[in-house]
Amino acid sequence: MSATRAEYCVIACAEAWRGAGEVLASPMGLIPSLGARLARLTFAPDLLLTDGEALLVRPDGTPEGWLPYRQHLELVAGGRRHVMMGASQLDRYGNQNISCIGDWSQPRRQLLGVRGAPLNTLNNPTSYWVPRHSRRVFVERVDMVCGVGYDRAAGLGAAGRFHRIARVVTDLAVLDFATPDHSMRLVSVHPGASVEQVREATGFELAVPDGVPYTREPEAAELRLVREVLDPQGARTREVPEGAGG
Amino acid sequence: MADKTMTAEEVVSRLASGMTLGIGGWGSRRKPMALVRALLRSGIGDLTVVAYGGPDVGMLAAAGRIRRLVTAFVTLDSVPLEPHYRAARERGGFELTEVDEGMFQCGLRAAAQRLPFLPVRAGIGSDVMRVNPDLRTVTSPYADGETLVAMPALRLDAALVHVHRADRLGNGQCLGPDPYFDDLFCEAADAAYVSCERIVDTAELTKAAVPQSLLLKRLAVTGVVEAPNGAHFTSCAPEYGRDEEFQRRYATTPWPEFAARFLGADEAAYRTAVEVWRTERQR
Repeated sequence: MSATRAEYCVIACAEAWRGAGEVLASPMGLIPSLGARLARLTFAPDLLLTDGEALLVRPDGTPEGWLPYRQHLELVAGGRRHVMMGASQLDRYGNQNISCIGDWSQPRRQLLGVRGAPLNTLNNPTSYWVPRHSRRVFVERVDMVCGVGYDRAAGLGAAGRFHRIARVVTDLAVLDFATPDHSMRLVSVHPGASVEQVREATGFELAVPDGVPYTREPEAAELRLVREVLDPQGARTREVPEGAGG
Repeated sequence: MADKTMTAEEVVSRLASGMTLGIGGWGSRRKPMALVRALLRSGIGDLTVVAYGGPDVGMLAAAGRIRRLVTAFVTLDSVPLEPHYRAARERGGFELTEVDEGMFQCGLRAAAQRLPFLPVRAGIGSDVMRVNPDLRTVTSPYADGETLVAMPALRLDAALVHVHRADRLGNGQCLGPDPYFDDLFCEAADAAYVSCERIVDTAELTKAAVPQSLLLKRLAVTGVVEAPNGAHFTSCAPEYGRDEEFQRRYATTPWPEFAARFLGADEAAYRTAVEVWRTERQR
């Protein structure tokens, strides 16, 4: 039973919540959602999940709590949450942009807005999911800093003490910031992708250790959960097609 | 006790160009669309709009009624980017105060509590500080000495919200899973206008629902408008979901064309226009 690219992505997202304990998983997008639920069903059984609306739910959908937006914002500030957000742009220190492309005062392309990214990044662990690893996303400098990166957090004193960007998962690779200056580092490439391909698709110089491993293989039980329980319709393949980026 | 019922037109007659207007709901969810439509039919403009933005913002921006927008995002949810808002923003159609969702909530809270600001950690280190040069920070007077954003109160001249039930006195009930921030909008405003799916007797409010569903207190409400389907085409869970098909129509039709066909003379004309459109689609 060999895994697809989308399934490696699900596994890599799920790993973001390993060891997170009894906190809220806030995945944005399909693949991170599958990852959070997979983690909850396997190695992170204490995770809390939302239905994407106002309820905390068990994996089968049974409500176990109420979390309307106002309480969700409080919970973010309290820190007991690990969010996996999207990013329209991301730089080497993890500064993230979802607001606009071009000059903010009159953008070339207006996007969503900063949403909760400033709150998230200063208050709870944050990871990012990028379904198309490209130079358009991985840029030297983001146009509008929504999510705060390590270089900026370093100068914030007490206000930066809860800042942590755990990992970035893309359709090609897993990245983190475990370097002396917290610049982005290649952790693993998904089978079928190469280190060279990741370098090529990244608009800044990436820290690449010797001997980058492949993203770990899903266990048979994990694959079964993804395929038969969490996403029997195979929607994951629409977000990350087979042969992605290659 | 005062009967606060009024029509959407009466609400609009109490608003004026240049006002700061808060609009409840979230994205394309439980927006007071009947009131927004009435506003669009009036000549009122030059508005400072304060909202977790959806089609309310898209329509007002497209119609050129917004001088300044205060928001953390604008989205149609199932259509992630609001096309009319985007177009207006990309042509520099209005000024923008872009803050984080949590900062926005703090601003409403400060206004509701008659405070000049509330401290919040969000915003520090982000470009929200760069694009809002008037934002100030405050240093904790305690041993931690942390620097925080002093989020200024978002005081509103008027608030518009839509809930499920209300009585004639202005007690408003939310039967959906998420109250969003509608009570805060009302408390942050000098005058709050509440549209609702149905006006019922006070005793009726708690016959079938728990008292915790009584979201809006009448002391914070100025006027009550009965507006069945008044959140259309946004969602009003659990009574109705988003009208996805109609929202797609809104998102793909040039604004002048959409306005000419669907705004009509009043809410009844809007409902008729939507019905005619639906019948045409089904043929």
